[in-house]
Amino acid sequence: MSLFDHRISDIHELLHKKELTVTDLVDESYKRIQSVEGKVDAFLHLTEEAARKKAAELDSKVAANELSGSLFGIPVGIKDNIVTKGVRTTCASKLLENFEPIHNATVVNQLMDAQAVTIGKLNMDEFAMGSSNENSGFKPTRNPWDLDRVPGGSSGGSAASVAAGEVFFSLGSDTGGSIREPASFCGVVGMKPTYGRVSRFGLVAFASSLDQIGPITRTVEDNAFVLQAISGHDKMDSTSANVDVPHFSAGLNEGVKGLRIAVPKEYLGEGVSTEVREQVMQSLKTLEGLGATWEEVSLPHSKYATAAYYLLASSEASANLARFDGIRYGVRVEEDNLIETYKKSRSQGFGDEVKRRIMLGTFALSSGYYDAYYKKAQKVRTLIKQDFEEVFNKFDVIIGPTAPTTAFKIGEKVNDPLTMYATDILTIPVNLAGVPAISVPSGLAGGLPVGLQIIGKFFDEATIYRVAHAFEQATNFNELKPKL
Amino acid sequence: MSFETVIGLEVHVELKTKSKIFCGCSTEFGAPPNTHTCPICLGHPGVLPVLNRQAVEFAMRAAMALNCEVAEVTKFDRKNYFYPDNPKAYQISQFDKPVGEHGWIDIEVDGKSKRIGITRIHLEEDAGKLTHVDGLGHSLVDFNRVGTPLVEIVSEPDIRTPEEAYAYLEKLKAIMQYIEVSDCKMEEGSLRCDANISLRPTGQEEFGTKTELKNLNSFAYVQKGLAYEEVRQAEVLSSGGEILQETRRWDENGNKTLLMRVKEGSDDYRYFPDPDLVDFHIDEAWREKVQKQIPELPDARRKRYVEELDLPPYDASVLTQQKSMSDYFEVCLKHGGPAKPVSNWLMGEVNRYLNSNDMEIEDVPMTPEALVKMITLIEKGTISSKIAKTVFSELIEKGGDPEQIVKDKGLVQISDEGEILKMVNDVLDQNDQSIADFKEGKKKAIGFLVGQVMKASKGKANPQLVNQLLVQEINKR
Repeated sequence: MSLFDHRISDIHELLHKKELTVTDLVDESYKRIQSVEGKVDAFLHLTEEAARKKAAELDSKVAANELSGSLFGIPVGIKDNIVTKGVRTTCASKLLENFEPIHNATVVNQLMDAQAVTIGKLNMDEFAMGSSNENSGFKPTRNPWDLDRVPGGSSGGSAASVAAGEVFFSLGSDTGGSIREPASFCGVVGMKPTYGRVSRFGLVAFASSLDQIGPITRTVEDNAFVLQAISGHDKMDSTSANVDVPHFSAGLNEGVKGLRIAVPKEYLGEGVSTEVREQVMQSLKTLEGLGATWEEVSLPHSKYATAAYYLLASSEASANLARFDGIRYGVRVEEDNLIETYKKSRSQGFGDEVKRRIMLGTFALSSGYYDAYYKKAQKVRTLIKQDFEEVFNKFDVIIGPTAPTTAFKIGEKVNDPLTMYATDILTIPVNLAGVPAISVPSGLAGGLPVGLQIIGKFFDEATIYRVAHAFEQATNFNELKPKL
Repeated sequence: MSFETVIGLEVHVELKTKSKIFCGCSTEFGAPPNTHTCPICLGHPGVLPVLNRQAVEFAMRAAMALNCEVAEVTKFDRKNYFYPDNPKAYQISQFDKPVGEHGWIDIEVDGKSKRIGITRIHLEEDAGKLTHVDGLGHSLVDFNRVGTPLVEIVSEPDIRTPEEAYAYLEKLKAIMQYIEVSDCKMEEGSLRCDANISLRPTGQEEFGTKTELKNLNSFAYVQKGLAYEEVRQAEVLSSGGEILQETRRWDENGNKTLLMRVKEGSDDYRYFPDPDLVDFHIDEAWREKVQKQIPELPDARRKRYVEELDLPPYDASVLTQQKSMSDYFEVCLKHGGPAKPVSNWLMGEVNRYLNSNDMEIEDVPMTPEALVKMITLIEKGTISSKIAKTVFSELIEKGGDPEQIVKDKGLVQISDEGEILKMVNDVLDQNDQSIADFKEGKKKAIGFLVGQVMKASKGKANPQLVNQLLVQEINKR
């Protein structure tokens, strides 16, 4: 049994009793990385020297009985689109291969305040654009359950590293499902918080109105712990919400008796595999057995979500990624004049998917097309938000699958962007609405993990955690582990 | 064929907030290159803008002073373009919901008043500054200025002559200075102007094709550039030619406009709402608070000077053109200075001194109180106006107390009748011819005699007394 099979609360008890040191935890990380990283390729760079120094520093605090910090000594991996001062932050793009930020993201400062230990930076689809990690500019990460399969994306490294036991937990980012889909494919717990719950300051923007940082963990309880540490208003982020942060784990054990669950028929329809659908029905039965009730509902505008998403996200991305021109930082391809330098730096630095979305977004924002695309997509977004609000008038949570299928084979969809985009049909509406959602393991199908998606009301992550925890306690699916 | 000229101006005014519009960096002018920068204004990956409330208030103040309707809800948009002075490759600006719209200002040209419409005033961030050095093989970028808050003020195409354009700019500058939102120093770039000009046959409704003038580094160049363009376009049109939609620059050495580039269609900046900033609401309370910050504006002051102080309209215009001068005048009044004499001194000697030394009123050590004291000395007859000029040169250069200067330099006017009488008779004794002339009715002769007495007194004799005693003594002879 690995140290990482414990919960954060157990680890803290062991540290308190001095039966374990932070150095042991950090050792465990790097040992595991040494033995499995060659197969999984979850990391882009490791920060071993700094981690060991930090571990020694924390151990001396333990010796002095100064153990404080909600994530004290816990090894964490950070997705490589979250800036870390003095530590390369590449967004898995060749264009930023040499970029060392001069400041920390707010979440990184929060992790430091909570005394977590950073193990390294995690692989992803370039600039968080993708659902399989195959769009990394450096290497694809593989699914620990089946190395021929994708770990999901774009936070593929974040999910795979936790599933493989390389880190205790990780941070990912979710724009259209980028935390939940890989969590589903890798059999771990991934939360996309309410838009505005976690500061985006220091998250390299893909689509600013949709991006949200969130935790990936082995258990629901740990997930609540981590979210607690990174939540709250940040004056550096105008879109971060100035609302109270409840104690997420306080009501974890309150159960689901009387809970009203909505199950959108659109989430179990075309494109969703039979095995996934069966798993969801099984999960609903489990929750019923725990005292919850469920009803089928409709989110009628779901079918327009993917189209609206690709217009809005790409439009924002076309502006967000315009600053990467090789002039002030990043890799510059020097040419005779400015325009050629811009062109060469960008065409050599960006991968195909990033270019595809920049072009799509640039087109959608162009004069004469703006109303037909961007503006219309915004209207669809409003309707989708209303769909959710209406359902939440009568129900506490919405439940469905996270992804339509289990993890697919590496290379299987890479040449067919539209099929690849369809992977996110069940997660995208959540980002468009801005509501929170989690993916929790709900068993295996054909030896591969299936994720159950639980969607909550605005800023009601606490209810999601309560449901997810009850489900986890009843099933123990989180104890299933890949054989690596 | 006769043409009507149509001019519209776009003016950028830097707001004098302490920090930049979206980060905490200083906006101070003249710091070493790239020292007032941070990851946010440098557009580093992952950074986010946070709006400076003071910048919004300044923009609101400007909008109100320009008689605009202030938006209840306003927002920011991204204006996308690649250029090395623009580190995010988009400028945060306002597209469809500017802070203010539908305003106007009144200008006066040749004594005639005219209202010029203001289309809109919006907030945005300034770009960095590029320096191109010949032979260097590359250009230099200074990002100190990037993120400085700006308002862009767009006029309606209501301006018909280069003189009106000049008057509009003067008035706009005066208003911005009165409300203390900007220094409006063209030489430091805190006020910049682009001008659009087109011609249309007199009587025609439809606008002609316009050219845009850039590199207008002073109001005089704006006027000259427009005047040049007016003639150039008329010549092209009269000879059957066609005006192209061009951007032209003013060449101050050649005294002409030069073609920069021909525009094909309009630039597509792909504006869209900036998702990093939230819509902001301007409520009634905030609006009222800002409204109260607006002081008496130049037009109101001018009116008051004419109506309440009985100043000629010309004096009132000159005095109110610059807030600093007008404020100085106000302080003089507070110290009991008589309006017209104070106005005469400010418009005459003071302005002459300031112009020839390229100074502003706040740069001189002479206090308003001292100026008023000096004028009082003249009025009381303690010093003559001639002596006053000596006192004034001392005051404006070194400051100090006029009474003390008069005392130290022995400049007190001689009003002692006996003393003057002696000088008068000395002069009369030596000027028989002038006495004869005067008696024959040549009244001018008295002037010569007064001059002689003043000379003998080294300018200190009271001229009225001299005059009076001369007449009295001549009549005795």
